[in-house]
Amino acid sequence: MADAEEVEIKKKKWKRRPDPVVIYKKWCKTCNICIEMCPKNVFDTDRDGYPVVSRGLDCTQCTICWMHCPEFAITSNEK
Amino acid sequence: MAEQVSNVTHKYLRPKKTFPNVWCPGCGIGIAMGALIRAIDTLELDRNEVSIVSGIGCSARIPVYLDFNTLHTTHGRAIAFATGVKLGNPRLHVIVISGDGDLLAIGGNHFIHTARRNIDITCILINNYIYGMTGGQYSPTTPFAKNASTAPFGMVEQSFDPSDLAISSGATYVARGTVYHASQLSRLISQAIQHKGFSFVEVIANCHTQYGRLNREGSAVKMIQWQKECAVPVSTAAKMSPEELEGKFVIGKLHEVFRPEYVSEYQKTIDRFSREEKSDQQLQES
Amino acid sequence: MAEVETNQKKKRPFYKENVPLLMQGNEACALGALAAGCRFFAGYPITPSTEIAEMLSRLLPMFGGRFIQMEDEIASIAAVIGASIAGAKAMTSTSGPGYSLMQENLGYAYMTEVPCVIINVMRGGPSTGLPTKVAQGDVMQSKWGTHGDYFPIVLMPSSVKECFYYTVKAFNLSEKYRMPVTLLSDEVLGHMREIVNLPPPDELEIVTVSKPFEPPEWYKHFEVTPDYLSPMASFGEGYRFHLTGLTHDEYGFPTAKRNEIITKLEKLRLKTARHLDELTDVLVEMMDDAHIMVVAYGSTARAARQAIRIARKKRFKVGLIQPRIMWPFPDKIVREYLENVDLVIVPELNQGQVIREVKRLRQRHIRIIGLNRFDGELITPQQIVEKIKEERH
Ligand code: SF4
Ligand code: SF4
Ligand code: SF4
Repeated sequence: MADAEEVEIKKKKWKRRPDPVVIYKKWCKTCNICIEMCPKNVFDTDRDGYPVVSRGLDCTQCTICWMHCPEFAITSNEK
Repeated sequence: MAEQVSNVTHKYLRPKKTFPNVWCPGCGIGIAMGALIRAIDTLELDRNEVSIVSGIGCSARIPVYLDFNTLHTTHGRAIAFATGVKLGNPRLHVIVISGDGDLLAIGGNHFIHTARRNIDITCILINNYIYGMTGGQYSPTTPFAKNASTAPFGMVEQSFDPSDLAISSGATYVARGTVYHASQLSRLISQAIQHKGFSFVEVIANCHTQYGRLNREGSAVKMIQWQKECAVPVSTAAKMSPEELEGKFVIGKLHEVFRPEYVSEYQKTIDRFSREEKSDQQLQES
Repeated sequence: MAEVETNQKKKRPFYKENVPLLMQGNEACALGALAAGCRFFAGYPITPSTEIAEMLSRLLPMFGGRFIQMEDEIASIAAVIGASIAGAKAMTSTSGPGYSLMQENLGYAYMTEVPCVIINVMRGGPSTGLPTKVAQGDVMQSKWGTHGDYFPIVLMPSSVKECFYYTVKAFNLSEKYRMPVTLLSDEVLGHMREIVNLPPPDELEIVTVSKPFEPPEWYKHFEVTPDYLSPMASFGEGYRFHLTGLTHDEYGFPTAKRNEIITKLEKLRLKTARHLDELTDVLVEMMDDAHIMVVAYGSTARAARQAIRIARKKRFKVGLIQPRIMWPFPDKIVREYLENVDLVIVPELNQGQVIREVKRLRQRHIRIIGLNRFDGELITPQQIVEKIKEERH
């Protein structure tokens, strides 16, 4: 029961919480470097090949994805 | 902290130039450019006093996006132009960005002589082992037996090791990084900019469109991961035998010495005359 | 202006003013450059221009300038352009083979509108040719040397004194028009010694490129102004602009838009075409009643000047036209005088280069003949007189 509540809260938090990283789709060229390089496997690809944040809670703000994005298309959203 | 790091690159991009950039998706040049921007940012240089000079090629397109004093010159001559810029205004931090064909083939003469002169210029070589822009012809760094569009049966020539060349030509700071190790790369570049004298940073980058395609090395991601496998840090390399190092490359700071720097040595001559002049004047006045 | 004022303050005079001095053409060029405010020289040793480099290597540091000997001429002109972009008045000197090597980056300077001065002390060619002999074979190269469509300014002095004044003028024009200016001297002129009286540098008119006054965000490095002369900021002054050899827009960014390409390339032409009056510098002698016209330039003009005097004594009505700004070619003046003459002689130390320009301007049937010498020696006044006699009998 308690577990279920926790999951519930986590989900809510997760919903309210903005994505840890933002991707400018306009600049992204779908090279998939960010997807492969992320140590926490935060990204998935969408239908068009663009990276989308699917497991945002796992992100540790390790800087790897935006340092390696050749298009400067990723920015951190953490304050 | 995190926000600073992530948004810092955008601060230095030209508002008038629209992204996305000209490079192929996943090209390592963009990553190297990011490392350069972060290096300049950590040093907190005044951007009016930074000049970026490049020649011709894929990597030479970097300056157009950067909000500094930028100069996109003729093929191979970037480093000679940079010498002029530095001497014309010694206050500037002059950074040359060049590709392997640009710097080592057509500009080889300028490169070794500028290194010999030990003038305070930072040279960043983006080494992707091929001429990317013109369609995959072999360059002075294309490894032996690898394919290129002008070496369809495998490269017959031997290749340069750019960092070795820089050291033996007299560069006083030499380092090698990869785009995979982007944060280390940006550290190396900032060290190079701080170094007084000719500093040289070789960046191993991926050109999957040409080199990767011709040599079946796969996508950008695969090529970047190959860099991780082959890169050996300086400290580890010291313990390895030459046989073990076969097919690998050493990354990190390879060489640093201090020798008299050209601009400040020349300044001494200029100062000598202005001192003499002052004493002349004092003599006349007394 | 400012540069010359600082010269004045400095006690060390770099030549004795207003007294007769015996000097070489090359030395006069070097002094002219200093007087014009040149503060950077990059070069590579080549006969017969080396004296300019040697002299400036000694003098420049005394005036806070810098001299560097580069690894080749390609690098020399590149460094000169770089220094000019960074705000120093810069020049180089060379001879035929080096001038050929420089063409690539000269094109870059025309495209990016960078002021600089190149002194080409001409020697025999093609290739290594005659390093210690005189020739005038690079006249057309100085016009059409680099690839593409551009409109150069080229000066041709004919005496040691003119070497001084025209070097100053070369700097002034290059700063005003924001483009490389070539000064074509030659082996004889460079090594000939003459007595000259040089004025104090502060009496010379010195032009320095105008600086922008607008804030950096509004600044266009290649602004098209009504007179096609735009102000120029230098690196390090707060105007962070981009320069590229690619065809660019007014800000300097590469462009492929048709109208911007046309604007850019037209600007290169109109810069000189709109100021032809200022860019015409022709010495006209005894042309008022002349029936025979001699068109001569550089060291050949010296012989021609004497030849017309001898010929006049022999009752030939001869006059001389000497373009001292060779490119843009003084079409208007030459065309005017072509109206009244029936014979034109063009003595040149090549196999006929400028004669083409004169022929291009011919409106009706006039005999235009060349007097060509290319054995490494000068044309003598006698030869020109003989030619006139020969044609008239
Ligand atoms: S910051 Fe690190 S953990 Fe977060 S998405 Fe980027 S690479 Fe993954
Ligand atoms: S690294 Fe950048 S360009 Fe490549 S897929 Fe990720 S966001 Fe897009
Ligand atoms: S051709 Fe190669 S070097 Fe050039 S942009 Fe494409 S991947 Fe990069």
